[in-house]
Amino acid sequence: MVVWTDFERSTIQDIFSKMDYEVVGPAALTRCLIVYPWTQRYFGNFGNLYNAAAIMGNPMVAKHGTTILHGLDRGVKNMDDLKTTYAELSVLHSEKLHVDPDNFKLLSDCLTIVVAARFGEAFTAEVQAAFQKFLAVVVSSLGRQYH
Amino acid sequence: MSLTDKDKATVKAVWAKISKSADAIGADALSRMLVVYPQTKTYFSHWPDLGPNSASVKNHGKNVMGGIALAVSKIDDLTAGLLELSEQHAFQLRVDPANFKILSHCILVVIAGLFPKDFTPEAHVAVDKFFCGVSLALAERYR
Repeated sequence: MVVWTDFERSTIQDIFSKMDYEVVGPAALTRCLIVYPWTQRYFGNFGNLYNAAAIMGNPMVAKHGTTILHGLDRGVKNMDDLKTTYAELSVLHSEKLHVDPDNFKLLSDCLTIVVAARFGEAFTAEVQAAFQKFLAVVVSSLGRQYH
Repeated sequence: MSLTDKDKATVKAVWAKISKSADAIGADALSRMLVVYPQTKTYFSHWPDLGPNSASVKNHGKNVMGGIALAVSKIDDLTAGLLELSEQHAFQLRVDPANFKILSHCILVVIAGLFPKDFTPEAHVAVDKFFCGVSLALAERYR
């Protein structure tokens, strides 16, 4: 059972409430596909991913980035039961999508950097710690149903 | 995943932009690391103060960025260029190399926060590759 301090809870709610999912999601996913190009293996049917410009202009990537952020939003609204919240998505990523769970960490790191860029000074060490803790628990939940 | 000429040029360009703030970047990255990854505090039990305003933290952040500056200047042969630092980390400091990745991530977060427009995905991948190279060179003498 994850224990959240009041600071962590309010920080997570605050960050996500200030985020434009349709900007941050695509920014994080495109960054992941560019910085860790082997992650492109999961997006064979997304069309043109040949270079950074193509990735950044790809509408399927953008749409999927937004989908991912909405997936995180579910966690934000269910912080006390992330295991159950992500059980189905975990099965999906394992059985159907066959995503190596190490990739979840890569995407988390890119999301952290995108959020740091947007929030600037407000993204203090304590805020970063809370944010990364939340992402780490989500990542762990997503990996739980793999076998 | 070795550095291409384009990577090296990108790293040098990024460094040119951020080097004036190197001390501040180092201090922030280090103090962030101590908060976000508390296990890293185990290496600094000899410091009286681990807070962000600590003189020890600020000074050490400066040292770390001095090492990065050296690495930028030796970007064509990081292993040779960082040999002395590698020996220091291997035989005296004995920092587990997994922590190089942790500190690298914190430095990237600080750069992104201070230079959001410049830290494009293309800049990010080049600098990330560079930090991986630096980490590898630092671990060279470990065993």
